[in-house]
Order: sequence, then structure tokens, then C-alpha cells
Amino acid sequence: MSRTTALSAALLVYRRDLLLAQRHWGQVAQPLVFFVMVATLFPLALSPELSELRLVSSGILWVAALLASLLGLELLFRSEHADGTLEQMLLAGQPLAILALAKGFAHWTACGLPLVLLSPFVATAIGVPFDALGTAMLSLALGTGILSALGAIGSALTLGLRRGSLLLGLLVLPLAMPTLIFGARAIDLSIHGDSARGPLLLLAAMLILAVTLAPPAIAAALRISAE
Amino acid sequence: MNWGWFHKLASPPHAYRIAGRLLPWFAWPAGILLVIGLYGGLVLAPADYLQGDAFRIVYVHAPGAWLSMSVYATMAAGAAIGLIWRIKLAHAVAAAAAPVGASFTVLALATGAIWGKPTWGTWWVWDARLTSELILLFLYAGVMALRASIDDRDRADRASAVLAIVGVVNLPIIHYSVYWWNTLHQPSTLTKVAKPSMAAEMLWPLLVMLLAFTLFFAAVLLARLRAEILLRERNASWLRTELAR
Repeated sequence: MSRTTALSAALLVYRRDLLLAQRHWGQVAQPLVFFVMVATLFPLALSPELSELRLVSSGILWVAALLASLLGLELLFRSEHADGTLEQMLLAGQPLAILALAKGFAHWTACGLPLVLLSPFVATAIGVPFDALGTAMLSLALGTGILSALGAIGSALTLGLRRGSLLLGLLVLPLAMPTLIFGARAIDLSIHGDSARGPLLLLAAMLILAVTLAPPAIAAALRISAE
Repeated sequence: MNWGWFHKLASPPHAYRIAGRLLPWFAWPAGILLVIGLYGGLVLAPADYLQGDAFRIVYVHAPGAWLSMSVYATMAAGAAIGLIWRIKLAHAVAAAAAPVGASFTVLALATGAIWGKPTWGTWWVWDARLTSELILLFLYAGVMALRASIDDRDRADRASAVLAIVGVVNLPIIHYSVYWWNTLHQPSTLTKVAKPSMAAEMLWPLLVMLLAFTLFFAAVLLARLRAEILLRERNASWLRTELAR
């Protein structure tokens, strides 16, 4: 019998999570519906004029994406904590940080990626010009990755707490503010016809930093919460 | 080298006694320097030729802002020591420091807003310093809320320690991103007013106030640490004999 390597264990975790997401696609769709709803609130509250909405569209997209990804974090560790899968992961003898990275990536595939694919439609509806849609998708793709990594830390810390979801927002939102700044800035530059290279590169750098530094923190948080 | 004294520090009875003994050595100099600094700042220092007497709030604002950040560093250092070497007393230091740091942050924000009214004409501008101070307050709020919502003390200690360390890693990113965001959106004339190069007679009371505030923080931290130890060790037998003395 061959020993399972960390990489194949991570692959198994990834596949398991995606399969679960596929079986419970109703839950996965909830943050997406929320994303569209929040984006709908702004035209109703501000103005139906596309020219006016265009001025704040980058902010609308990013605030909606941030709130939706916050909602999606509920799905990350909750059921694993409830049914004991988390204990099995801790006892698996595999590096927990790698498994946490796999779970985070699976979460991004199930929650972040659909949001990115949905974003051009929402963006068009609030006045983002066609030429800026690519930048919008790229900035959201990089940004939701960072949010998944940061959110996983918060989600692991608040496991099993009463009013955990309210607390989750309080923990994660301040950490997510730089992502919001650069993400919205990239879309804004692109709407005005400028190059969005700078903020996009900064987002990519932050994503690399988050992917390398977050997994040990997630692992530590999971160990604390699972005791 | 003999590390016995160091390990002794980590035991609650010793820490409780040492904190009690050190407390007046910080509290009294803090009080005296506070009086000297306030007198120097409010009476001896000349009025600013641009801002008049309004600039004098810097003697409270700048020390508050300085401590809001260094208390976070203290808290994160305590959290890291507690997490790595499993020293419960270090967690107690972190727990004692958090509300103090949050209070200094509120002080810096409030005095910043009061200062903004005469110099900028509004209570609040989205100035980079004020904004990053506000985000710092959110970080404090997160750490304190997480600690408050976990009943098990050991888990509360370690979970909020992880969050404090994550926050410290993020602080530089938040700080620079806010500066970057701000310079793109606002003319930089406003921030020039906020940091005038100071004359010597204006500067020395500020330095005295910085020292006084830091000593004050040390004294408050010691007092709060004693209270925290009392709370955590309320069933311990050493405490019974200690308090009976």
C-alpha cells in the first residue's frame, strides 16, 4: 500500500469540496444572488442614470463582491466542523496548512469564480463600458482569491461560536480594505480609459502574499477551534 | 546566565506582586511629566502663526496616535509570545492591552476631528492618517469582539492571538494602501498642514507628552494586568493568602 502524499491529499480535499458544492448548488448560489441583489440596491438608492452610476460603478461592484464573499465564507468550514470531518483532517497526518490551502482554493472555485463569471453582466447593468469589463473580471478574480484566503482565517477562528457570522464580518472586513482599494481603483482607471496595470500588479502581489502566509494561520486557527 | 528570574516572571503570583511594586514607579513620573508637558504645551509654547492656538491639540493628538500603534505592537508581541511559548501571562498582557489601545485610538480620532474643524473647516476628511487610524480601531474591535465571544478562556486567548498577529502582518499593507488611495483622490495640501516642522519651544513639550503618555500606558497596563490576573486566578489558593496579608 502506498503512502498518500500531501499533494494527493490536497487534491482529494479539493475534489471532495467541489463535489459537495455541486451537490448543494443551492447553497453555492446564495452568495451569487446576494451579489446581484446588492448591486441592484445602488441604482434604486442613487439614480437610474447610467452616466451617474458609471462614476461609482467600480465601488458598487467591489462592495457587492466583498459582501457576497463574506456570505459565502459560511460554507467554508461549518459543515466540516459539525460532522467531524475537520477532526479527521487534523488527524490525517498531512500538513494541515496544505489541506487548508486546498480547501480555500476549492472555496474560491465554488464561490469566487462564479462571481467573477457573473460580474460582466452586473457591471454592464451599472454602466461599466465594454472595454473595462476585462479589467473588472481580472481585478475581481485576483481580489476574490485574496478574500477567500483572508476569510478562511476569520472563518476558522469563529467556528462554532454563537453569532459567528456577525463576528466574521467584524474580523475580516478591516483586513480586506486594501483589496477593496486596489480592486476598485483598477476598475475605475479602466473605465476612464487609463492603464490599470499598477493596481492589478499590486493585487497580484497581495494574492501571492495571502496564498503563502494565510494557510499556516488558517491551520493554527483550525487547531485552536477544533479543541 | 541564570534565567530563573525570567521564568518567575511568567508565574501569576510573582507577576502580580512585581506589577504592584512597579506600578507607582510608572504612575508618578507619568503624572508629573503630564503636568510639565501640558504646562509647556498650553502656556509656554507660542501660538502657531498659521493655526493659532488650535495647533496645541497636537500635544494630546500625537501621543494618542503614537500609542494607538505601539499598543497594538505590544498586544501582538504578547500574543505571539503566548502562542509560541504557551505563556498564559503573555496572553493576559495582550488581553489587558487591547482596550487601552482602542481608547488611545479613539482619543487620536476624536482629537483629530476636533483639530480638523478649525484647520480644514470640517470635522472629518478622508485624510490618510485619520483613515488608517479608523481601520486600526476596527482591528482592535475585531480582536476584542473575538475574545469576548469565546467562553473558554484558553481558546479565547489563542484565537485572539492569531487574529492580532494576522493584523500586525496586515497593518503595513493597510497603511500604505490607504496612503496610496489618498494621494490619488485628494490634493496633498491638506496633509502638509497636519505635519508642520516644529520650532524647538513647541517641540520639547511634545516630546515630554510622548514620554508621559508612554509611562501612563505602562502604569495602566500594569494595573489592568493585576486585575486580569485576579480575574483569571480567582480560584487559586495563592491569591487567598496574598489578599489576606
